[in-house]
Amino acid sequence: MAIYSAPLPKSVGRELPKADAASLEFEDIQHFLIHRSPALAARYEFLTFREPLAGRAWLRAMTEKVTTAAAVRSGQLNTRWVTVALNWNGIRALGLDDHSLASFPEEFRQGMATRAEVLGMTGANHPEHWKGGLASADLHAIVILFARDVPERERCRVEHEKFLSQCQGVEVLSSLDLEAIPPFDYAHEHFGYRDRLSQPVIEGTGEEPMSGSGPAIKAGEFFLGYPDEEGPSAEGPKPEILSRNGSYLAYLMMEEHVGAFRDFLRQHGETQDEQELVAAKLMGRWRSGAPLVLTPEKDDPKLAGDYQSTNDFDFGKMDPRGYACPLGAHIRRMNPRDTAANMNRRKMIRRGGTYGPPLPEGAPEDGRERGIAAFVGCASLVRQFEFAMNVWANDPNFHELGNERDPIFGTQDGTFDMTIPKRPIRKKIKGLPAFTTICGGAYFFLPGIKALRYLASLT
Amino acid sequence: MAATVIETPSTRKEKVRDWTKPAAMAIPKEGYFSLKNGRYGPIYPRTPACHGFTIIAKIKPGREETIRAYGKTIETAIATLKLHYLRWVLFDIGKDTYFMYQGIFDTDFDKYTEDAVALFKKVGVNTVFENLEGFPEDWKTNVPAFLKFVREHQCPSFLEYGEYPYETADEIKKALQLKAKFSEMLDLMQ
Repeated sequence: MAIYSAPLPKSVGRELPKADAASLEFEDIQHFLIHRSPALAARYEFLTFREPLAGRAWLRAMTEKVTTAAAVRSGQLNTRWVTVALNWNGIRALGLDDHSLASFPEEFRQGMATRAEVLGMTGANHPEHWKGGLASADLHAIVILFARDVPERERCRVEHEKFLSQCQGVEVLSSLDLEAIPPFDYAHEHFGYRDRLSQPVIEGTGEEPMSGSGPAIKAGEFFLGYPDEEGPSAEGPKPEILSRNGSYLAYLMMEEHVGAFRDFLRQHGETQDEQELVAAKLMGRWRSGAPLVLTPEKDDPKLAGDYQSTNDFDFGKMDPRGYACPLGAHIRRMNPRDTAANMNRRKMIRRGGTYGPPLPEGAPEDGRERGIAAFVGCASLVRQFEFAMNVWANDPNFHELGNERDPIFGTQDGTFDMTIPKRPIRKKIKGLPAFTTICGGAYFFLPGIKALRYLASLT
Repeated sequence: MAATVIETPSTRKEKVRDWTKPAAMAIPKEGYFSLKNGRYGPIYPRTPACHGFTIIAKIKPGREETIRAYGKTIETAIATLKLHYLRWVLFDIGKDTYFMYQGIFDTDFDKYTEDAVALFKKVGVNTVFENLEGFPEDWKTNVPAFLKFVREHQCPSFLEYGEYPYETADEIKKALQLKAKFSEMLDLMQ
């Protein structure tokens, strides 16, 4: 899913590489985490089921609209891609029995809002400030629509609205429209950083990992019912049909304070070049995407676009003290590469896009809402997503730093610092402001197609 | 020696730490001052003796020699662990034998739980755990069950003391390294 950017991937319109036929059941897996669609627009609708019967009828019809991984792999050209996921309250509202409900992992049963403390979502990020009813017990399901362009999204929106008007007892709690922001030739977010440079490749999809990304990751790290990096597949929810080909999704709506971010760059850099360097030190990559480890002194946009080399680096051997990429920079926290243990058990697949209008360069903050609304897909929320939030993003003592959090993504309240190692004396920025605020989130279960049918046919 | 500082929740400021002042901390029965949840349960505070835990569990009858013998095997394998100290003790209460595992870590165990389980597997610490009563047989595929066992058998300290409070193993090693490099430098200047 690529609403940060427009260009069609080379794979579109032709068959994808041959997969390991024995392994992944593509016809039973929703496409969402396997393939990124070339979308320019999207819409997320958050739903509540007032009646179990109505919820099941809605789910039955929607399951037939869901885009499977097999459909995308067949090379057919789509104009829209549909994904359906449910939270624990939603599965309960559909009428699953108590014994099966209890078999879901604890963190999923509790939901993201209840886990806010574990995730470091305090202060302005606390669920009491969340929008769209996402922290409410009424939230049951999400339908994620990715569309080739805005007119196609609008067509689908109207169609779903019509269908919902026939489903008495299923209501939209809130919705979010997303659009790619210009320039459209590469994926980026509102601060201007190029995105999606480092994504895991799933074993069995036939895709080749980028240089420096290590081998493909076992499917069980992302899909229930498959062997993972530790060995045989871990126990899944009951009944058995629910623990095949499903995943968990952590949804995050993160507002980006572009005005505050640009003010900060101006405050810490006199020239354009100095400001770009400050931006790069926060991220660990230049805004072009070129990694500081490979080009620490000046930007190299060509390197950013070169998929063979832009990811081909480590931290432990190439930059152990952080002179190029600070120890607390965003990419060093979110993907510590060779400086963390068991990295292959912490991989996640990201999907999502930007919402809100871009703030033109040089324009003052206009107070309009803009940011990223994204999903993190994995097989275990507690081991993968919550670990990344708790330890990598928000542990002040990450890499012995003492009083820092992720400068871009961590919970900031003006009391944490950012250390930029430099010879002879490091630079320390005191009291980093918050460039982002989490304003919504939820945990969803992304069932396989058969599991969706099973849930839709509960009695 | 400087006077020992008695730490209480009100004087305990995470961000102001002075290694020159030895410090002690009395800890409530629950093991924490105020309930703060980590991914797998309550988070225990960092004390002047850093993070740590004490697990006490009854061993299966007749397994004492197996556990003692395993100490020798683990002697070499365990060097990869990142922590200050480990103490493994076997002791009797009546006819039963108990195993005590004390570890002093720099980080909260909750944070690196899965890494610890993976490491236990790799270095074979599990062989000792498997000889404890109530240890889950399916622990390799059931991390939550493993953690439940650890948490249920953990006995929080009621007092901890640190001569160089709060310092991490990394900082201590850096200081020793600096001393070694410095004396090397002095040699070079002769």
